[in-house]
Amino acid sequence: MSSGFPAAARQSLRDAQMRRNVGQATRTIRAKRAAAVGEVADWEALRTAGAAIKDRALRELDVHLEALERAVTKAGGTVHWARDAAEACAVVARLTRAAGSDEVIKVKSMATDEIGLNAALAEQGITAHETDLAELIVQLGRDRPSHLLVPAIHRNRAEIRALFERELGETQLSTDPAALTAAARRHLRERFLGVGVGVSGANFAVSETGTVCVVESEGNGRMCTTLPRTLITVMGIEKVVPSFADLGVMLQLLPRSSTGERMNPYTSLWTGVTVGDGPQDFHLVLLDNGRSATLADPVGRDALRCIRCSACLNVCPVYERAGGHAYGSTYPGPIGAILAPQLAGLGEHTTLPWASSLCGACYEVCPVKIDIPTVLVHLRGRVVRETADAPRSERLAMRALARTFSSRRRYEAAQKGRALIPLAAHLPGPLRAWSAVREPPPAPAQTFREWWRAR
Amino acid sequence: MAGLRVALFITCVNDTLAPAAGRATVAVLERLGCEVEFPREQTCCGQMHANSGYQLEAVPLARRWARVFGDASFDAVVCPSASCVGMVREQYPRLAALANDDALADAVRHVADRTFELTEFLVRRLGVEDVGATFPHRVTYHPTCHGLRGLGLGDAPLRLLRAVRDIDLVELPEAETCCGFGGTFAVKNADVSAAMLTDKLRCILDTRADVCTAGDSSCLMHIGGGLQRAHIAEILASTG
Repeated sequence: MSSGFPAAARQSLRDAQMRRNVGQATRTIRAKRAAAVGEVADWEALRTAGAAIKDRALRELDVHLEALERAVTKAGGTVHWARDAAEACAVVARLTRAAGSDEVIKVKSMATDEIGLNAALAEQGITAHETDLAELIVQLGRDRPSHLLVPAIHRNRAEIRALFERELGETQLSTDPAALTAAARRHLRERFLGVGVGVSGANFAVSETGTVCVVESEGNGRMCTTLPRTLITVMGIEKVVPSFADLGVMLQLLPRSSTGERMNPYTSLWTGVTVGDGPQDFHLVLLDNGRSATLADPVGRDALRCIRCSACLNVCPVYERAGGHAYGSTYPGPIGAILAPQLAGLGEHTTLPWASSLCGACYEVCPVKIDIPTVLVHLRGRVVRETADAPRSERLAMRALARTFSSRRRYEAAQKGRALIPLAAHLPGPLRAWSAVREPPPAPAQTFREWWRAR
Repeated sequence: MAGLRVALFITCVNDTLAPAAGRATVAVLERLGCEVEFPREQTCCGQMHANSGYQLEAVPLARRWARVFGDASFDAVVCPSASCVGMVREQYPRLAALANDDALADAVRHVADRTFELTEFLVRRLGVEDVGATFPHRVTYHPTCHGLRGLGLGDAPLRLLRAVRDIDLVELPEAETCCGFGGTFAVKNADVSAAMLTDKLRCILDTRADVCTAGDSSCLMHIGGGLQRAHIAEILASTG
């Protein structure tokens, strides 16, 4: 297991600038979230309600999705079903072409990142313009997102100024956030007004009404979902909630957990097409891409409750130090460590379930109560049992230890031989890494049980 | 509380690597009038296996644990490790489910209810905060993740420490952040683990404490280095 997360994290730990940027940003968001959550007296009850809503939706996912399709269709929209990334990208490309465009403007969306939509569109000669400020920064820098909510969290203002000067032809920019935002706005406004196709994700979709909901901070999303004639929304099938009233719970949980705000600045809700107002051509692409398979795992399926708030990233001591890129997946941090291996298949991200000390800080802040440590441990077991990824030496060592522990006599003999003492130092293969960074403790003269017998 | 029959669940880490924590646990429990037994058949609860993906190998160890501590004549099973208690309470039922072993599930249900982490046992089960200890040193307390978030020990350990005579207890900045141990995490992700440890050590050193204490020997060993460390049981057992 020399590749994957451990190797990538070793690399990123050397990037002192990234660590400072991510450390400072997560500390700030952590404090904001704690304050915003602290003022809600019934936060725990809200979390329980949020988890119950998502569980209810997932339990009868087929029923809710078909109801959603009926409601959207009735309201003048068109629903497309996509089994995987390729199918979803093909649908978006075809619809864009049909609308007579070779450009789209995009609302920040994890689902379209997950399916690699921008690259797929580019292959078809279609240019995708990211309009979320941080996504724009990532796109202009030919960079990768490193956070669910703040994809450019690894960049600081000075780096962003240099990027805008280079890519947008801006000169004499200051590092003042307002000045940087104004520069992005000048660039984006032309796209908002000129491009005929908008592409969004969805935070929620209500099956009983066919209403799609997008939550954002900058207003770029509102532009993309109202100005173009054609709007295409790509949503993971787990985003459906049964009733409109469920939004009353989810829209309290999400902004407080995500940006640490009582309410996010823009919440856009639309139901199909409204004649004479907004997009006249609406398409909803329902994306599976591994979600049905995830749903089949009774422990792992809890990951599908996720509402992409990123609170777990912001409190994770591993994420804070390794940064998002080390996870090598669209979804970084604790949620990424349980979501990515399930969506893409265990074989794709075998090291991610180990990218956690199981400290439990993620579970504590999760607004929909995903017990991430439990799912991580469960997935570790699945990787060991279902893939060939665990080294033979590790399997043998673990079996030998289990045999030792299964008999008092063997256990005590091992203690005497001090075979357990600098445990890791004596184990073969990757376990040696432990002793590479610290001294094994000296062996005590007497074990506890020797003392007990002698007293 | 006198005459309470307590089975000591020592844990393999304490037994082998931190016997002083075990001796101190016995001293505190006996001082409070408990009758301490040490079921000699105990070995390892299987936590390392279960947390490393070897759940199937951990199942026989869970069965063994439930057999050893299932003796109904014990009023309580007490353990100077939050993470091993967490293993019993949270993971054993899942192992039983994984192995489709209803007998194990039943056995665990019965024992888990009377299995306590040491500070939890003292404060919540015995209702004691002052255990008669004296410890004239500057001390800072690191709440381990399994104690803090896993078992929800709350301020039980701090209540015990505050009642210790002559102790100079200083608050640890960013106390609730993981030290970076995480069992095999420290092996598989040694670099990130070391980075987390570095930050934890900086916080500990900033307190100018002579002693860093915690309720889990594994975390204390990870923190290690040139610091004075003491399992919380050792402070509670100390008489100056």
